[in-house]
Amino acid sequence: MTAAISLHNVTLSYHRHPAVHHVSGQFQEGIATAIIGPNGAGKSTLLKAIVGLMPTPDGMVRFGKHKAKDIAYLPQQASIDRSFPISVLDTVLLGNWQHSGWFGGVSQKARAAAEAALIKVGLEGFGPRHIGSLSSGQFQRVLFARILLQDAPLILLDEPFTAIDTRTTTDLLHLIDHWRYEGRTIISVLHDYEQVRNHFSETVLMAKECVAWGATDVVLTRENLQRANVMAENWLENAAICHRDETPSTEAA
Amino acid sequence: MMTDLYALLWQPFADFAFMRHALVGCFALALGCAPIGLLLVLRRMSLMGDAMSHAILPGAAIAFIAYGLSLVALSIGGLIAGLVVVLLAGAVTRLTELKEDASFAAFYLLSLATGVLLVSKWGSNVDLMHILFGTVLAVDDAALLLVAGIATFTLTVLAIFYRPLVIESFDPEFMRAVGGRGALAHFAFLILVVLNLVAGFQALGTLMAVGLMMLPATSARLWTDNLPKLCVAALVLALLSGYIGLLISYHGNLPSGPSIILTAGLGYIGSLLFGSRGGLVWRLLKLRHLEA
Repeated sequence: MTAAISLHNVTLSYHRHPAVHHVSGQFQEGIATAIIGPNGAGKSTLLKAIVGLMPTPDGMVRFGKHKAKDIAYLPQQASIDRSFPISVLDTVLLGNWQHSGWFGGVSQKARAAAEAALIKVGLEGFGPRHIGSLSSGQFQRVLFARILLQDAPLILLDEPFTAIDTRTTTDLLHLIDHWRYEGRTIISVLHDYEQVRNHFSETVLMAKECVAWGATDVVLTRENLQRANVMAENWLENAAICHRDETPSTEAA
Repeated sequence: MMTDLYALLWQPFADFAFMRHALVGCFALALGCAPIGLLLVLRRMSLMGDAMSHAILPGAAIAFIAYGLSLVALSIGGLIAGLVVVLLAGAVTRLTELKEDASFAAFYLLSLATGVLLVSKWGSNVDLMHILFGTVLAVDDAALLLVAGIATFTLTVLAIFYRPLVIESFDPEFMRAVGGRGALAHFAFLILVVLNLVAGFQALGTLMAVGLMMLPATSARLWTDNLPKLCVAALVLALLSGYIGLLISYHGNLPSGPSIILTAGLGYIGSLLFGSRGGLVWRLLKLRHLEA
C-alpha cells in the first residue's frame, strides 16, 4: 500500500505547549481513516497542519502522489456567517475554485455539476435559496456538495456530524462510503465509535501523542481508549522542555 | 407647478457651477464608496471605515503644515498615513494572536493622536475642521478629477477582484485551504478603503466620507439578501443622499457635508422601519405566519 500522506515526527504547539506531540504514521491511499480521541487530543490541529493552515516547524508532513492543493477540507463547525448574502448554488460553486480561481469564468459544465451535487446530497431545487434559510443539517449537506464539486482525491473532514441529526448523518456517511469506493483518500475526525467501525477501515487514536494507529478493530479497544483519556489530560503550566529524539521514528507506522 | 418643481429640484444646479461640481463630486464619491461600504458591512468591519478615516489624519496634517491647502499634497499625505496603518495593522494581525479590529484600533488611535498633536502645535483649529469636515461646495476641477479617478479605479479593481473579495469575506478558511491567497485580496481591499476616504475628505471631510460609505450599505442590508441587488440598492441610496443632501444644503443654507450624511441617515431610518428584510414596521403589524 502506498501512503497518501505521511507524518514524520510531527509536533504542533500553541505557545510552546504541544497539542500534537511527536506523531508519525501514514494515511494510506484510497482508504478511509478515522481520527479519534478525547477533546484536546490535537485531532483538529493535526488536520489543520496537513491542510497547511498551520506551519509545521517540527517534523514533516509528506504527500504521496497528490499535493496539499488536492485536499478538500471541511473545518469543524465552519466559521461561516450564514446571514451572508449568498445563494446555495453559489456556495456549492466555490468548490469549482481550482478551475475558476480568481478570475476564470464559471462554465455551464460547472453549474450543471453543482446542481448534480445538490441532488446527490438531497437538496434538489435548493440552488437559488439564500443560505440563511437553511437548517444546520441542510447547510452541512451544502458543504458536502461543495466537496463533491471540488472532486478532490484527498478529503479531510473535521467532526462533520457534530450537531447533525441521524438522517442527515446517515445520508452523508453514504457519500463517504461512495468516495471510498471511488478510490479517494478520506481522513475524518469523529467521536462516534459506531460510525468509525462501520465506515472507516483504519483508525488513529490520539491523545496529543499517537496512542494507536492501524486497523480499526485493533485500535478500538477498551484499554487503548482508557489510555487515551488519561494521556490527554496532562497539561502542565510549567512543563519542562522536551528533549526527545528529533529523528523520524517508525514505531507508530 | 412645474416651474416650482424645477426651481426646487434642478435650478440650483443649472444656475451655479459650484453646485454642479458638488453634485458630480458626490456622485463620483457615491460610486466608489457604496460598494466599498457594502463589503465592509459584509466582512463585519463596519467600524473599520471610521477607524481608517481617523488614521489618515496625520498624513493630511503633515501635508497641510508643509504645503498649505494643496489638494494633491493633502491626498498623498493622507494616502501614505492610511497605507502605513493598514500595513502595520495587517502585519500585527498576521504575526500575533491579536484580532484585526484590535490591531486597527491600536494603530488608528496612535495615528489620530499624532495628527491632533501636529495640527495643534503647527496648524490651527480651522485647518483641523477643514480636514475633518471638508467643503463639497469648494470642489474644483482638480478635486473632481481626483474623486472621479479614484471612483473609476475602485470600480475597476472591485470588478476584477469581485470573486476573491466575496469569498474571502464569506469563508476565509476555505480560501486559505484552497490556497486562494485571500490575504492579497484583503490588502487590496483595505487600500481601496483608504483611497476612497482620501477621495472623500476634500469633498465631505474624512468623518463625513465614512457616512456615505456605511449608511447606504447598512440600509441596503435591510432590503435584500442578494449581493448584486445589495450593490445596486446601496449605490442608489448613496446617489440619492448626495443629490437630496445638496438640495437641502442649498435651500436651507446649511453646511453640505452634514446635510448629505443626514439625508443618508434618513434613508437608514426609513430602511430600519420599512425594509423588507427585517424592517420594524412589519414586526409591529404582526402578520400571520405562512403555512410552510
